[in-house]
Amino acid sequence: MKQTAAFALATALLLGTAHAQEKVTLTVAAFPSLDSAIKAILPAWTKLHPNVTINLQAQQFADHHTAMTTALATGQGLPDVMAIEIGYVGKFAEGQGLENLNSAPYSAAQYKKLFTPFTIAQATGSDGRFIAMPTDIGPGTFFYRKDVLDKAGVNPLTMQSSWENYIASGKKIKQKTGAYLVNTAASVYNLVIRTNLKSGEGIYFDKQNNLLVGPDNARFVRAMTLAKQVRDAGLDAKIGEWSNEWYDAFKKGTVATQFSGAWLQGALQNWMAPDTKGLWRVQNLPEKGFASWGGSFYAIPSKAKNKQWAWEFIKFMTLNQQSQITAFQDNGAFPALIAAQKDKAFSEPVEFLGGQKARVLWRDAAAKTQPIDVNKYDSVADQILQTELTNVLEQGKDIKQALADARAQIARRAR
Amino acid sequence: MSQRTPTSAPPRAPWSYTRFQQRFAPYLFVSPFFLLFAVFGLFPLLFSLFLAFHLWSPLDGIGNWKFVGFENFQLALGPTDMFWKSLKNTVWIGLLSGIPQHLVALPLAFIIHHSLRRFQGAFSTILFLPYITNAVAIAIVFATLYSERLGILNYLGGLVGLDPVRWLGDPNMVPYSVAAVVFWRYVGWNTVLYLSGLQAISEDVYEAATVDGANGWQKFWYITLPLLRPMMFYAFTLTIVGSMQLFEEPFMLLNDGGGSGGAGLTSAMHIFNTAFRDLDMGYASAMSWLLFLAIFALSMLNNYLFTRDGGNK
Repeated sequence: MKQTAAFALATALLLGTAHAQEKVTLTVAAFPSLDSAIKAILPAWTKLHPNVTINLQAQQFADHHTAMTTALATGQGLPDVMAIEIGYVGKFAEGQGLENLNSAPYSAAQYKKLFTPFTIAQATGSDGRFIAMPTDIGPGTFFYRKDVLDKAGVNPLTMQSSWENYIASGKKIKQKTGAYLVNTAASVYNLVIRTNLKSGEGIYFDKQNNLLVGPDNARFVRAMTLAKQVRDAGLDAKIGEWSNEWYDAFKKGTVATQFSGAWLQGALQNWMAPDTKGLWRVQNLPEKGFASWGGSFYAIPSKAKNKQWAWEFIKFMTLNQQSQITAFQDNGAFPALIAAQKDKAFSEPVEFLGGQKARVLWRDAAAKTQPIDVNKYDSVADQILQTELTNVLEQGKDIKQALADARAQIARRAR
Repeated sequence: MSQRTPTSAPPRAPWSYTRFQQRFAPYLFVSPFFLLFAVFGLFPLLFSLFLAFHLWSPLDGIGNWKFVGFENFQLALGPTDMFWKSLKNTVWIGLLSGIPQHLVALPLAFIIHHSLRRFQGAFSTILFLPYITNAVAIAIVFATLYSERLGILNYLGGLVGLDPVRWLGDPNMVPYSVAAVVFWRYVGWNTVLYLSGLQAISEDVYEAATVDGANGWQKFWYITLPLLRPMMFYAFTLTIVGSMQLFEEPFMLLNDGGGSGGAGLTSAMHIFNTAFRDLDMGYASAMSWLLFLAIFALSMLNNYLFTRDGGNK
């Protein structure tokens, strides 16, 4: 009897100490440059939770998402916290492998109003499941070379007022300075199809899964027509994004304008064209087209081992104002958290943009961006339409015919 | 049941370790290959055949597939589908890179074997280098060569007054640009294959021909070619299979979309995109099997052409 009591006591003591020093290792899978933001925030996290070690697994962008897809398919090798980029969040939301953060113990509904509204819709599946917390967003913006526009005598506001004026100004720029208007005509197409969508409309499908692409959809007809006008007038440099020519054009100012996410400013400043400091400016996209251009999220796989700490970690990354600002200062990740956007850093002038208070403009643009419905066949539609656009631009295919062909092809694939 | 047991059967020896070892140990020793093959070879094969008849996104998890019969195959064989276009691209790039490979490799091997024998080792090494070079490095180098405004090719063309060519931007140009890289990468491999084939041909035959007064061309045409037939068959088969599965070079040069208008989108790339970007595993599996059938048919055709008039030798 005495022996048993002693044993019980010893066991209790052992368990007690074990609990007090309980070491937790949390696996976080991410991609560049989100991993850099996580590393920057980690010291603050470790201070708060010294017993929770973060095991950060970073892979290249596509590799990360492929690995996560296979891990979700098999339920093996899943991290506790999964970073997801905007291009994948819609697909992942349609699957069943991630925790629904609406339900207990997460009850994330209470936090939704703290974020820039359109990001919440991006992470919500068609069945209403909310699968990921937004961490950064990419407000779409219109970059232009002030020096080139000045030389051509073009007012940037004119370019912003309508697409027709944008193209007309482009002709003037080409004539006066020799600079191209835009890297590729496809940029104009890609922007026009993404802006001014009606509520409940996605880019290619509406909320009821109806295919919107076709020769009678004004948005697509206009997007292709404008792109064709740009190409026919010789205003695009026919340069693909993320190519050596693209970086070279930024350095030399041979392309006058670029539509992109706000994050491009950081890339230009840090490595693409640091010498062009002060020559760039930004304004809102043409025809008040507000668009989301990038963004990242954190999710918890249903088969994660440590969901409780995973949720604590995600809350620390997304809801903690200081974390969001640290990420912003680290690599320009624009906070999804509205409170963080009100930090004084946002009203400071951006030296690279000639002292323009660009972040206020971006904050405003983000607030005005409408949610776009995503569909799991978006990538199928995108690829088919890009091919048809090339047929229009390179081979002079009739636009209505191209859109009819695209519609037929997408309809067959979207089952 | 017991009365049907044949009485003539030899009496069963009682269980013994030696007997067990003799009978089963060999199976145990060869089992690693079969286990590995079953897990990494047979299972994916059967699973993809299974998936070819189902609609499945990996994000739905194991078990949540929907039987769709032949729908995936019908989809791929539809006249407007990207699969046809990708197959056309694949065959076109394969022809553009494959035919010149052999037209160059064969005479080159002949010349090295007969005239430059002293440098044979050095030549083989140099010719083999592209084959073992990392595909990413190749893509970076060629992307730089092909660059429209910054590239060496257009710079050299400009010196002699040629207009810049959009090597990787113009859909009509893309197949040639990709084929050139594939040609460059595998021509050495084929030359080395032919060289080893030539070394297997006895010198006596050539000496006899020399005595008979045959010139170099006659020796090539009447001795080398016929005797190289088995090696040519082997090399052609490898080229056909490799060309039909072409993925690395266009993927690295043109990204996953296959370049402007998908002009460099090969079937393997299209299957990869369908599986891992569109997450339509069933459709991707169906196309994989169709691609397998296409490769099988072309290999058979190659086999037929080679044995038709030469099989009786």
